[in-house]
Amino acid sequence: MRELTYADALNEALHEEMERDEKVILFGEDIELAYVFGVSKGIFTRFGKDRVRDTPISELGFVGMGVGAAMAGYRPVVEIMFEDFIMLAMDPLVNQAAKLRYMLGGQISIPLVVRTPGGGGVQYGPTHSQCLEAWFMQVPGMKVAVPSDPADAKGLLKAAIRDDNPVFFSEHKMLYKTKGPVPDGDHIVPFGSAAVKRAGTDITLVGIGYQVVNCLKVADALAGEGISAEVVDPRSLAPLDTATIAESVRKTNRCVVVEEGHLHSGVGAEIAAAIQEEAFDYLDAPIGRVAARQAPIPFEPTLEEYVLPSPERITEAVKKAMGVTV
Amino acid sequence: MVTKPKALTKKNLNEMYRTMLRIRKFEEKTDELFMAGKIKGAVHVSIGQEACSVGVCSALNQDDAILTTHRGHGHSIAKGTRLPEMMAELLGKSTGLCRARGGSMHIADVSKGHYGAHSIVGANMPMAAGMGLAYQLEKKRRVVVVFFGDGASNQGSFHESMNLCAIWKLPVIFFCENNQYAVSFKVDRSTSVKDISVRAQSYDCPGVTVDGMDVAAVYEATAEAVRRARKGDGPSLVEAKTYRFFGHSRGDPQFGPYRTEEEVKKWRKRDPLLLVEKMAKLTAAEKKVHEEVIVKEMNEALEFANNSPAPTLESALEDVYA
Repeated sequence: MRELTYADALNEALHEEMERDEKVILFGEDIELAYVFGVSKGIFTRFGKDRVRDTPISELGFVGMGVGAAMAGYRPVVEIMFEDFIMLAMDPLVNQAAKLRYMLGGQISIPLVVRTPGGGGVQYGPTHSQCLEAWFMQVPGMKVAVPSDPADAKGLLKAAIRDDNPVFFSEHKMLYKTKGPVPDGDHIVPFGSAAVKRAGTDITLVGIGYQVVNCLKVADALAGEGISAEVVDPRSLAPLDTATIAESVRKTNRCVVVEEGHLHSGVGAEIAAAIQEEAFDYLDAPIGRVAARQAPIPFEPTLEEYVLPSPERITEAVKKAMGVTV
Repeated sequence: MVTKPKALTKKNLNEMYRTMLRIRKFEEKTDELFMAGKIKGAVHVSIGQEACSVGVCSALNQDDAILTTHRGHGHSIAKGTRLPEMMAELLGKSTGLCRARGGSMHIADVSKGHYGAHSIVGANMPMAAGMGLAYQLEKKRRVVVVFFGDGASNQGSFHESMNLCAIWKLPVIFFCENNQYAVSFKVDRSTSVKDISVRAQSYDCPGVTVDGMDVAAVYEATAEAVRRARKGDGPSLVEAKTYRFFGHSRGDPQFGPYRTEEEVKKWRKRDPLLLVEKMAKLTAAEKKVHEEVIVKEMNEALEFANNSPAPTLESALEDVYA
């Protein structure tokens, strides 16, 4: 199968969906030249100034504009340059986009995608490094996607654009340049379908977004030590496919959840709660959680590395769950 | 077709009077039902501001859109929102426009081009810009009116939306009902300018202030803004100086800590219904016909609402996702 980078896979999804449906429109900061992370490159040239627009620095304004365009029958894909900037647009997303269909008695729907790069590892400091997916999981009416590889990035983005609900689509800066096989043709990954990224028998690692990459690295290393780790990627967090996760845990009897957002009330807390509801009797050890330590993400590289989840911290959590002395 | 605003005929003024009376009577009934504990939650009646609702919506076509505010009953009615379903919504019935989930502050009737009351102050303006963008792309010459108050003109969303609409010449009319108070905070203390319309200059757009008690003045200013928007000349800001005769919301008296009885009386002398009655030169017989028609409509709306079933508990979990 041909290989694409994660950024190019997203770009291909945008091209294909804009080609397929003229109601798909794109706007955000510096997207015409795809100046920052390059996901929208070539789109402006191909689809022109009506459907593709650079916006002023007005997150509240242009995300709200996305909600309005969706109300009027378009399918806007809005880019937020850094996930952290979404704070400026919480009202249109949470108070409006997620509630309008319900609040108006089903009279309208809001087919809006908000794409944004989250995460650390690039020394951008506390306000350019966050992973906020847990916040949006809390919101009825929102869907949340966290693709971890190029094939899922393309398939989930296409599914998100065709979805009639608002979608928070979190990409990860560290993933943009990673390469992987991407199927040809109209490749769609449905929401609410987790993927087993590596089969194993001794422990389940549930990875979120970029942390799937770290989980796979750890699973490779553990294989050399005789520990067989299964890596499950939920791919979407709302809806969340707890059945696939629970099925894996019933087989392995142990689980560690790894996310890059903060630990408290994080994605891992929700997944751990779901596992104990669905597979309590199968657990041989407490469910481990690895997440960002409870501090903002610092800029200086050694500090940043210390706060973010790392293969070392994941390995430590696995060994604890396995009852292996570290 | 883009046409010049037409001069208002006696027939036009008669229709305007009737719609304004419909709003007045609906709001009086709403207040009565609220005080009797039959309407739950919060209501914000628009008595005193009828000329704004009717002047604006008279300049629109049915397929033009409005977005309104927490004080939106008048705008809703002026845009043609179905009264029985609206009353059913206020009374929390399953037949309500929003299936009893939105209530007074979220009335919408999309079939009439009413895209919702939006009760986060200022939140409707970015959405209006987005609808304007959609209408611009569609090339059907539809326009969007967004209603907001003096208080909302201090939200960032107002300024961001004006700028977005101005740079892309979106067909959006920003209609500010300056009723002098953001809850209890008077506009001369909350707002840096005397006339909010001057803020349009920052965005190189036309801005005009009109007498918000005079339905003809509101109509004419809106019709000009609509004409520009349909032509592709972009947004305008219309400010109407008006006054709410009732308190802000539940339990808020008509006068009291933040405004005097004299002030309320002064504004009531310019009741928009009295002004339009004079302009239309209504006879006693004509007024009687209007009254009878409206009373009948209100009775029918109430009967529909009262006879409608309560929502099922299951319905509380429906329509969360499409």
